[in-house]
Amino acid sequence: MSAPGRSDGVDRLIAHSYARPRSRPAPGPGPPGPARPEPSPARRTLPISTPVAPTDAPEDAAAAGAPQTPAAPGAPASPGSRSAEPDSPHPGRRRFLTYLLAAPTLTVAARAGLDAAAPATARAAVRTAAEQSSAPAQLSGLPGIPDVVDLGDALILAGLPTSHLLVLEVTADGRAALHLPRLEVGQGLTTAVAMLVADELDARLADVDVPLSDGRPDLLFNQLTGASNSVRSLYDPVRAAAAAARARLVTAAARRWSLPADSLRTADSAVLAPDGRRAGYGELAAEAAEVAVPAVSAAPKTPGQQRLVGRPTGRIDARDIVTGKAKYAGDLAVPGAVPCVVARPTTLNGTLRSLDASAARAMPGVLGVVRIPTGVAVLAETFDQALKARDALVTTWNPGPVAALSTADIKARLRAAHAPFLVPPLLTRYVDAEFDFAFVNHAPMEVLTAVADVRPGRAELWFAAQTPIVAQQTIAAELGLPQDAVTVHVVRGGGSFGRRLFFDAALEAAQVSRAAGRPVKLMWTRNDDMRHGRMRPASHHRIRATHALGQVLTYEHRAATVATDFRHGLGEALTAAGFNLSVAGLSLAQAFFLLSEKNPYDVGIPTQLLAEIPLEVPTGSWRSVYSGTVRVADEIMMDELARRLGQDPVAFRRARLRGAAARAVLDKAAEAGRWGRPMPPGQAQGIGYHDEHGSRVAYLVELDAADPEQPRVTRAVVAADVGRAVNPRGLEAQLTGALIDGISVVLQAGIHIDHGAVREGSYADFRYARQRQSPPSVEIHLLPPTGSPGGAGELGVPAASAAVANAYARATGTSPRSFPIDF
Amino acid sequence: MPSHTFVLNGQPVTVEAPDDMPLLWVLRDKLGVTGPKYGCGVGVCRACTSHLDGAEFQPCTVAVKDCAGRQVTTIEGLADGDTLHPVQEAWLACDVAQCGFCQPGQIMTAVDLLRRTPTPTDADIDRIQNICRCGSYPRIREAIKQAAARTA
Repeated sequence: MSAPGRSDGVDRLIAHSYARPRSRPAPGPGPPGPARPEPSPARRTLPISTPVAPTDAPEDAAAAGAPQTPAAPGAPASPGSRSAEPDSPHPGRRRFLTYLLAAPTLTVAARAGLDAAAPATARAAVRTAAEQSSAPAQLSGLPGIPDVVDLGDALILAGLPTSHLLVLEVTADGRAALHLPRLEVGQGLTTAVAMLVADELDARLADVDVPLSDGRPDLLFNQLTGASNSVRSLYDPVRAAAAAARARLVTAAARRWSLPADSLRTADSAVLAPDGRRAGYGELAAEAAEVAVPAVSAAPKTPGQQRLVGRPTGRIDARDIVTGKAKYAGDLAVPGAVPCVVARPTTLNGTLRSLDASAARAMPGVLGVVRIPTGVAVLAETFDQALKARDALVTTWNPGPVAALSTADIKARLRAAHAPFLVPPLLTRYVDAEFDFAFVNHAPMEVLTAVADVRPGRAELWFAAQTPIVAQQTIAAELGLPQDAVTVHVVRGGGSFGRRLFFDAALEAAQVSRAAGRPVKLMWTRNDDMRHGRMRPASHHRIRATHALGQVLTYEHRAATVATDFRHGLGEALTAAGFNLSVAGLSLAQAFFLLSEKNPYDVGIPTQLLAEIPLEVPTGSWRSVYSGTVRVADEIMMDELARRLGQDPVAFRRARLRGAAARAVLDKAAEAGRWGRPMPPGQAQGIGYHDEHGSRVAYLVELDAADPEQPRVTRAVVAADVGRAVNPRGLEAQLTGALIDGISVVLQAGIHIDHGAVREGSYADFRYARQRQSPPSVEIHLLPPTGSPGGAGELGVPAASAAVANAYARATGTSPRSFPIDF
Repeated sequence: MPSHTFVLNGQPVTVEAPDDMPLLWVLRDKLGVTGPKYGCGVGVCRACTSHLDGAEFQPCTVAVKDCAGRQVTTIEGLADGDTLHPVQEAWLACDVAQCGFCQPGQIMTAVDLLRRTPTPTDADIDRIQNICRCGSYPRIREAIKQAAARTA
């Protein structure tokens, strides 16, 4: 499917621009006024500025911390009443231009202005404000780089030049479709985006569709789903597009009825006149497409005017899911696509030495056997026949590059990779600790599956792609085709946790389809997924904290990890955002580390260093990436320091957390979770805190280790501040999922490597938590909205993991150092 | 090729398939019924859980010949037309699903649990083996309790 409103062949385009007004100029190096980078040459633009006077409207109640009182559902908003963005303590982060694309129905695109190189500045301003209220009487911690500009900011910057290509269309049948250049894998993004559209349009949520866009190379770096960055990067552009569409719909109705546009209201997917006349958006769509200059403000609503954003809302695809109608790649009925599985080496990255496929080829239903770089593919009429024929292949394999290594060897290499500590423990008291984290498989429920139809001169693929543009480029190069001859259809994914940043199955499917000359549906088995990765890299952490007179003086964290594979377009995106890695002398991994890792506490002078060991095993970002180990080790260390200094773990953290917002989250978890309440023998509470992606969270868990072999988290209380939750219900799901991740990877789920091969083969031995390991009681508290949405998909993992580890330590009186504990 | 006849979601079907073909692949690859998901193929993850004569089973580990003459119900056959089963309704009310891939199996498991144990305790619910990699377990627990209350 092609994205509507693409510029090709468009002979007329009218643009409307406006600046989101603010009462103070946005700081930063951007050009003055609404920046308007050149759209593609096919477009002619006519910028028309629509000044909107700033008002003195007070900060909306919700943002000021008072209970949020959204308008009643369906309450019409008056187009004339939209106020400019109120004076906010946070400088506006982005401004928008919107473009009306020539299309038979109303199609609007939004872009963020270049003046928003401001994330760094904005964040710095927030940081300064936070600093002023942070006054623990000790050496002030140095701000980490992520306090000033984090990975999400960098990715937003990389995506800015193309964010005007976000497309919203309102069709004659009354539906609004936001073509989403991201992947849905369960994180609830399609629902959150539908809510943003419905809110700004004053449309019924049920009238909004959020199809996933095909790979669109015109988006450059703006089609990467990751880094908990989707809502952060889409919140403003989606609202701008929808507000612009609504303004044009109102204007079209005003013209039709010869009424002043500002006398009209919108509600429930229709424009309403004072005399009771009503025109649905569908019937206005064509006329609205002719509106060059809206007669009412096209500014997005202020938070106080939003009626859907912030309201707990069920997933828009929930009914499809519970009735079995939701389609994943393996469920697609692509004509002629035959089942295909791949025989793989006996060790990681091994290679084929010999093959006798004669018996397999003779088996019923078998349609072909194809050698590909990663193994031997078998095509058959059904997956059962393909699997049985795969078993009948007679193969021998050359050992892979790590065939001599097992888990213990890799641990030893990691331990040897550290840079030395800077502070020798000569004059002060100190605490040293070392931590090991095992490899962890992503293990999404839906195994990697891709449909490929490669024909002479073109190729078409269907799969759950977090990086469809990079996939398209790579597959085109593999097939010797021009990039635009390869179409990547993005299909919803059955979980990801970072796994679908890579398109391993799609590349294989393209290779097989080309060789076999027919469309294929290639599926990794669960065993393939476990045995051939990818994995969160194993890591080792060495931490030294010095202290005197009850204060932490220095805090050094040396992380050594097996190298993380980031070859999915991240480096290109960071470069596009202005990070010249080679000049900075950084590896991509170090850049990622520096942009994401920071210690949130004033612990004297903190230093954090990453050492990577290259190892030819399949790795990849795993939900929360470095923070999933680095920050967990930090949080365990905070408990141990508190113990050493004779302080309560919560009080110890509280005295050192930077900023009131951080302390508010910790306080909420401690209060709601009744921190310190008496616990029976063998049971204990544990606390963990983390902030990242512009959000912050604390987990308090209670763990029963009366039987230390069967520890059970019995209760969890979570407090989170994500700036502004678009869908609190979806956010709670993410925080709950992160809790189960934490329970799993800390207590029982990990991957062993034995002589270059993964030991685990399924969920039977990769022991991701089941219902019996899940806490019967989970309570989540979301703090009132304060600003723009932060990221949340990965936020919870480090704090949840740490809370579980700390509770286990307190319940058992041990100091766990190696995770998972039961491994 | 042997032929097998059974009742699928209320309709008799006849399909040609090797005797030992797991029902999962008969459903998915021959009949185009894709609600039951492949997650492991060995009865561990239970994403394919469906009902055989009204009781939960894993079609990935049951041969098609063993289903002859029996009633197979997949997630597609649980609702009565547009009227959802109370467990499906509870799943919507609790907004259980995240990625959704395991949920057909989770729902079919829950329906059978409630058939056997109309008012399940936490310990009963703890015995559910189905994996949810997104970690929706607390909402699954809540939805089962809600469905139990609705049908009690």
